[in-house]
Parts: sequence; structure tokens; C-alpha cells
Amino acid sequence: MKIPASYIARNLWVRKLTTGLTAGGMALVVFVFAAVLMLDAGLKATLVATGSPDNVVVIRQGSQTEVQSGVSRDQAALIETSPEVARGADGRPLVSKEVVILNSLPKIQASGSNQLTKRSNVVVRGLPEMGKTLRPQVRINEGRMFRAGSSEIIVGKSVARGFAGVEIGQHLSFAGREWTVVGVFDAGKTAFDSEVWGDVEQMMQAFRRVVYSSVIAKIAAPELFGALKARVDADPRLKVDIKREAEFYGDQSSSLSSFITLLGMALSVIFSLGAMIGATITMYAAVATRTAEIGTLRALGFQRASILVAFLLESLLLAFVGGVIGIAAASFLTAITVSTTNFQSFSELAFAFTLTPRIVISALVFSLLMGFVGGFLPAIKASRMKIVDALRAD
Amino acid sequence: MFFLNFVLRNVFRARLRTALTIVGLVIAVLAFGLLQTVVRAWYAGADAASATRLITRSAISLTFSMPVYYRDKIRAVPGVTAVSVSNWFGGVYQDPKNFFPQFAVEAPTFFPMYPEFVFEADSYREFLRDRRGAAVGRQLADLYGFKVGDTIPLKSAIYPGTWEFNVRAIYDAKDDTTITRQMYFHYDYLNEQIKRIAPRRADQAGVFVVGINEGQAAPDISRVIDAEFKNSLAETLTETEKAFTLGFVAMVETIVVAIEGVSYVVILIIMAVAANTMAMTARERMSEYATLKALGFKPAAVAAMIIAEAFLLAILGAGLGMLLTPVVVKLFHAATVSVFAKMPLVAHTFYLQAVCAVAVGLVAGIVPAIRAARVKIVDGLRHVA
Repeated sequence: MKIPASYIARNLWVRKLTTGLTAGGMALVVFVFAAVLMLDAGLKATLVATGSPDNVVVIRQGSQTEVQSGVSRDQAALIETSPEVARGADGRPLVSKEVVILNSLPKIQASGSNQLTKRSNVVVRGLPEMGKTLRPQVRINEGRMFRAGSSEIIVGKSVARGFAGVEIGQHLSFAGREWTVVGVFDAGKTAFDSEVWGDVEQMMQAFRRVVYSSVIAKIAAPELFGALKARVDADPRLKVDIKREAEFYGDQSSSLSSFITLLGMALSVIFSLGAMIGATITMYAAVATRTAEIGTLRALGFQRASILVAFLLESLLLAFVGGVIGIAAASFLTAITVSTTNFQSFSELAFAFTLTPRIVISALVFSLLMGFVGGFLPAIKASRMKIVDALRAD
Repeated sequence: MFFLNFVLRNVFRARLRTALTIVGLVIAVLAFGLLQTVVRAWYAGADAASATRLITRSAISLTFSMPVYYRDKIRAVPGVTAVSVSNWFGGVYQDPKNFFPQFAVEAPTFFPMYPEFVFEADSYREFLRDRRGAAVGRQLADLYGFKVGDTIPLKSAIYPGTWEFNVRAIYDAKDDTTITRQMYFHYDYLNEQIKRIAPRRADQAGVFVVGINEGQAAPDISRVIDAEFKNSLAETLTETEKAFTLGFVAMVETIVVAIEGVSYVVILIIMAVAANTMAMTARERMSEYATLKALGFKPAAVAAMIIAEAFLLAILGAGLGMLLTPVVVKLFHAATVSVFAKMPLVAHTFYLQAVCAVAVGLVAGIVPAIRAARVKIVDGLRHVA
């Protein structure tokens, strides 16, 4: 025979303060747990969304990032003429030869703070008109596109939000030139939002560079990647690494992602110990104050197993309430965008807390697990009571 | 005396509950102390910085180099006592996981500016004599078992190929703040190799380390240096070594702030647990408090008893936690020594732990204390827990 669920729920409701405090402690743990997963999901979503499946990135062998890479004009031309590369309506290959530079810019600081100026590295990308064609997700939000052959630049919306001196009409001064900001672009929550774009030939001249950083090419069909890679690897003139764009950006998340996950999981486990102790204390008290009640239930014919289940369910319900509160609180975080330096690319990257169904389920399972562990010993104690002793208790 | 005795006996009446609460407190105080220490560890580099050293780097960003002849122009600036070149090598030892910093420096001018690195005179001369020689810090040598005479092969993502260096000297730290988890080798060796493989990238300096007479002159000297190269191909940005190091922390500030924020969450969690314990305790004893009042105890005395009990719990838990903190920090540092060069446990951390313990005690005791003080004798005596 089962003990009715309303009995279990009412027991929690009767002791509101205790229930509230215990569930509150668990909610905080679930909040931290969910926040970490959301941060990691946001980071991955941003970097994975940056790459498109038909685009490939070519960089110098072993250089890992575009900033450290160098691809000569000859090498770029060889890639351009590969048969796997798609061609536009006018017959020109869909290839963008780009130069990537890190520029340290001052961050916007809270007004009134007189600390030293905080700077962070921003990716400055020089690209031809084709570069924008290969990234259809990029839209100009304000102002206009930079003109080819001019010292004009446009900034991503995360750069516009986080850095000082990058409003339309303002100038950035680097490489012996003044660069005028003429537009702000929205790259649809991808890493490009954290970049500054300008004309590739102008940038190469200004920085006295003779080689490109990377070559981005659209392949005619995604399955042609293998053929292109085989061709590039076989050509002794091309000492380059070639990757799908999605993979290239996905790889850049690995270091920061494992740091966040490791730190977050370690914290969640330590914190959950505290919350589980809270649940154990609460459930032991629940058992102690209801000793006579337990005796009565047993005398009425409820089995030991039913008592065990009832107390476990009470603990699980308590944890579930905590879990739901924790997730609800964490869901407010989705409004927040985090901006930090990605270790791997050594440049600033903005990403948002992202709540996925998977995270909701993980967080709920985590809270139920805490409830189970916390309520287990008290429930055993309750189920082991002898009827006579329990009834005699005052 | 009676008061104290009463409180002590009450604390240990429900032994299991008290023990569990104290364990919870110990964990929370430990976690808090550890997180605070991790936050401090990010700033270890800035703690080690000297006020009489400036760093001059490219104004664009650290990934840009400057012509090495800038050295002589900087040397001519009044107030400058020494200038040396330092290049980030970015080498990987066997596996990318084995990260440690390597710098190509002009040793004869570099090390006199860093008196905190203590060399044996003989080995230092050996290091200067060997063109492929390397000087390895004590912490780094211990981490990978490097000994004098070893050869360290490094693959660099910045400079092509595999490079081999001979360990000629192992230097020690002068004091606790000195970080010795890095390797230095000769700039001349690097430069000659680059001249062969990539002549356009030769004769370039990543940063200049600038020694000055007195720290107060730093802002003026920095301005003069940067003005010297204004409107040149490679404009410079000069700042104190401390500001330079803090610049790295600022880049990941969001993460540091998050860790610090989270460290207070654990205190909130344990506050809820301790408050719960006290609330349950007080509810169960409501009739006892009423009895005490009936015997003539003032409401304030009853409230004081409950608050004292909460404090005692908090102090016991926090005290144990604080005692264990150095042990846990040491264990944690042993596991993360490749990430954090130093993990200094400062007095401030203990102070914060103590403040948190007091806050937990107060918050946990206050509501039950008010309830017990307010309860009417008749209601209290009738109370069933």
C-alpha cells in the first residue's frame, strides 16, 4: 500500500521556514551548476555558429591561429585555382584572402572608476569584398560598409558595446594611420561580433605585410572537403593546415571550455556537499518529530518499504523545489553577455549565457541526486523503527 | 558561568545535527578560503613586479614586435639605467599541456635588473658561455625534473621547427613572491636562427625591459619613451611592470570576478543550512524557553542564549575550516602547479573567513532568537514541536 502523495507534500508545507531554507540552499547550488553549463554552452554555440559548413580555413602549418599564421600570395593563388573551390555567378572563385591582426584597445569602464585603463586584444581583420559574401550572417546595423581601398573600418556589435573610442565617426590610430569607423555590424551572435573589419590591401600596406594570415574558401559541396584536403596535403608547395571553418572555430573553444567546465564542476560538487548536509539535517528532524506518526502509519498496515519511499519522496520533492527555483534564477542570466579573453586566440570574445533543454534536465537530475543522497539515511532510519517503540515516543 | 554551561550543553544535545552542521560549515569555509586564494593567485605576477622596471611594447598589441635598435634610443632617455630585450618564444615541451613560459633575453643586461633570481656564479658563467644555453627556474626544474646538462627540445608555434636548448643554470628565488617557473635563453641565438630561416622577422624585439632609477619617475620616463617613437612604424606603449602584468589579469577579469562572486555563494548556502539548524532547534525547545521565562529569565537573556548557540556553532565550524585551509590550499596547488605559479595564502583570506563565520552565526540565530523572546509563556508551554 502506498502512502498518499498529499501527505508527503503537506509535511513540507507545514514547516515552511525549514523547507524554504533547505530548498534555498539547494537552489543556490543548482544555480551555480546551471550557470556554469550555460556559460560553456554559450561559448561553444558562439564559436560553432561562427563557422559555416561549406567554408574552409587555410593557415600556415602548425600555426593553430590566424594571428600566428602566414600564407604567401603564391600559396593563396594555388588554393584559389583548386577545382573543388566554388565559383560565383561571374566565374570568380569564392575565396577571401585575409589578414588578421591583434590590436589592444581600451575597454569601456564603469563611470567614476579611476583605475588604470584596461585594454584587451581585439581581432582586426582585413578582408576583400568577397570576405563578406562568404559570411552571409553579417549585416550592417548602423552606418555603412567600408569602401574598398580606403582607411575605413567597421566594428562588430560586441566591440561597439565593450570598447571605448569605436563609435561611428571616431578614429582608431594604429600602424601609422587614422582609421575611421563608418559602420557597426551584427554577425548574429558569432565570434565576428568581437572583430573589427577593414580593407585587406590597405591593412597589408599599413602593417608592411607581404603575406596573408589566412585564406577562406567556399567549397562547391561539403563532401568535396576530403578531396581538397588531399590535394593540399599532397602539394609540396603548400605547407599549410586546412580545416572546415566550423571545426576551426570549434577547436578554439576547447581550452576555455574545459577550464570553465572543470572549475564549475569542482565547485558544484563541493557546494552540493553543503546542500546535501542541509537536506539530511532537515529530513532527520522530520523523522524525529514524526516518530509517533510513523508508528501509527505502521500500525495501520503501511509497510516498511512504503515509509522508506514516503520519506525519500519527501526529500526528492524538497530538492525538486530547490532545483526549479535554481533554474528559474539561472534563466535570468540569459540576458547577460560575457566578454573575456579567449586563451587560445589571445583575443577578446563575447558570448551569452545560453539555456538549453539539456541543461534544464541536467540541473534537475543534479538536484534530485542531492535530494536522494541527503534523504537516504533519514528514510532508512524511519523505515527501521519498531512499531511499539515508535508509538510510545512522545 | 551558568549561561555558558547551558549554551554548551544545548549545542551538543542533538549530536548528529550539530556534527552535520559543523561539517557543512567546515566545507563552506574551506571552499571559500580556497576560492579567495585562487583569485589572489591570478595577481601573483603583479606581486612579483618591481617598481623600478618598465616594460615597453608595441602600441598595437603584444603580437607586434619592434626593431631591436629601439634599445639604444631608450637607453639614451634620462633616468633610464638599463635596457634589455625579451622575446616570447611560445615553445611547447613534448605536449601542449606542458605549458611554461620561455623568453629569449639579452642575458648580460637582463639579469642584473632581476636581482630576485639568484644564480650560482659558476653556473651563470656557464650559461653565458653556451650560445644554446638556458637558465631554468627552480620551480620549473622541479616540475619537469630538468637538471644542469639536460637538453630541452621545444616546438614553437611562432618560430618554425624544433629548437634544442642546454640547461646550464638553475636559478633560485630570493624571496616568497619571486616566480621561478620560467626559462630564459639567449636572444642572439634566436635572432641568428631567424636570420637564416625568415630574414624579414630578424632583429625584432617583443618587449624591452627598462630599468629606471626610482619608481616615482616611471610616468614621466614612460611618456618620454613613447614620445620618442610617436608616428614611427612601430609606436610603443610603456608602463610599469606591475601595470603590464595587471593588464593580463584584466583580460580575463570576467572570470576572476565570477570566481570571487561564486565564493560568496557558498557562504549563502551554509547560512541557509545553519539558519535551518537553529530554526529547528528553537522550535523543538519552545516549551523550554517558555519555562525559562516562567522562572523569571528576561526575554533578552533567552534570545542571547540562542544567538550564543548559533555563534558557537559557527565558530567551531569556521575555526576547523580555517585550520584546514593551509593544508587544502597546498594540496590544490600541488595539483595545479602548471597553471598557477604561486598560490599565496594571505592573512586577508583568514580575516574574510572569520567575518563570514560571524555573519553566518548572526543570521542563523537572529530569527529564532526573536521568536523565542516574543513567545508568550502560556503559548510556549503548550507548544508541540
